[in-house]
Amino acid sequence: MKDRVPVVGVLALQGDYQKHLEILDSIDVRGVEVRLAEDFDRVERLIIPGGESTVMTELLGRLRMEDKLASFVSKQPVWGTCAGMILLASGVNDRSVKTLGAIDIAVDRNGYGRQVFSTVAPATLALNGHRESLDLVFIRAPRVTRVGEGVTTLLKCGDDPVLLAQNNVLVSAFHPELTGSALLHDYFARKFAADFS
Amino acid sequence: MDNKKDLMTVNVGLAEMLRNGVIMDVTNAEQAKIAEDAGAVAVMALERVPSDIRAGGGVARMADPAVIEKIKSTVTIPVMAKCRIGHFAEAQLLEAMEVDFIDESEVLTPADYENHVDKFQFKVPFVCGCRNLSEALRRIAEGAAMIRTKGEAGTGDVSEAVRHLRLINKQIKELTVLRKDELSSRAKELAVPLDLVMKVAELGKLPVPNFAAGGIATPADASLCMQLGAESVFVGSGIFKSETPEKMAKAIVTAVARFDHPKDLVEISRGLGASMKGISVANIGEEELLHTR
Repeated sequence: MKDRVPVVGVLALQGDYQKHLEILDSIDVRGVEVRLAEDFDRVERLIIPGGESTVMTELLGRLRMEDKLASFVSKQPVWGTCAGMILLASGVNDRSVKTLGAIDIAVDRNGYGRQVFSTVAPATLALNGHRESLDLVFIRAPRVTRVGEGVTTLLKCGDDPVLLAQNNVLVSAFHPELTGSALLHDYFARKFAADFS
Repeated sequence: MDNKKDLMTVNVGLAEMLRNGVIMDVTNAEQAKIAEDAGAVAVMALERVPSDIRAGGGVARMADPAVIEKIKSTVTIPVMAKCRIGHFAEAQLLEAMEVDFIDESEVLTPADYENHVDKFQFKVPFVCGCRNLSEALRRIAEGAAMIRTKGEAGTGDVSEAVRHLRLINKQIKELTVLRKDELSSRAKELAVPLDLVMKVAELGKLPVPNFAAGGIATPADASLCMQLGAESVFVGSGIFKSETPEKMAKAIVTAVARFDHPKDLVEISRGLGASMKGISVANIGEEELLHTR
């Protein structure tokens, strides 16, 4: 019998959450929008998408989702892309964003500059014995400025870590949901365990 | 990064990041801060909000660079700014100032009644207004990374935005059921490239995000546009011409996140004070309409 694939929630307050759901659908993973606190009970893993971290911070507070989110990210597998990475970090250079401290990294919001500095960079990613070339899409991306002990860097772009993991938390500064590749979604939904070390 | 395909990826990508959010018109740094604190996903810098342009008359142009720079240094969310239709020099100034998005907007007085800006000459993404599928696809063919309805700006009357959203969606649906050999003549009728028409027929949607704009003044207006398929909303005069801009700004942001939950929208809409007074589109003379530009 095939292993059952966990239900993956996508935080659906603001941003490109539909893009993540489309990719999950394309690899036969059940994706669910998480729009209220009770929705966390229906999912086993969570993706926090790209968008604006200030807006997500505001809405998480207004819709009283902060406690449930904090408890979810303390134990269940969770993956943050771009704005999601900022929310999961332990520190950010912007007081209007409330970080969860789920992964021991510090980031600079829009650390590479404004939209004219957004870019696509080719890379080769090795994960679980698979090697795949993929385009890394950086959009007003956060820049990792400190990597704590116990955090593993899975991919660098130039000198900067852009894909990192610690325990149950995976973060990427780029947007895998905007490229054709489902490699990372497949990895997160099917392989990524809550004990990454 | 000079590759055109990669540039389109990051520019349409930024438009994707702004989905399910509210972009607010602001005329100074104080308003920009209020917008950001309320949860705006981006701000649009302009000299006067559309209702003041409508009331004041005269030629409406790109905002003063000093104002745009002050706004840029005040907020951390993306900053957009408007240039006149066809005014590629204003667009060049905005790009030199490194704004995050340029709105080639009918709200300002057009600089060219024949041609739009060739948006492929720019690194910065463009958003353009449209009333129907033909306009939307022509703007995309010129390089727009985001489309918005024109609506009728500065009125607080949502009816034109609704008309434009419904029409574009109907025209897209029609494409999806046409035979391949019929798409060619349809492309000719729409006066747009065939490959773009075939792409829309295949996707069942535009290849770039489609947002609503023009006349949105209440949380319920935002909900209406989202339910009609808009992927985000622009609010112009609706916020800073309301009685309590802070409250209205917050309410419209929450309304977009809860757009399909009427009970939540009741709470969100309660006690906001007066919305902008506005003017019915039916009472505006043909020559004063902005959406026909």
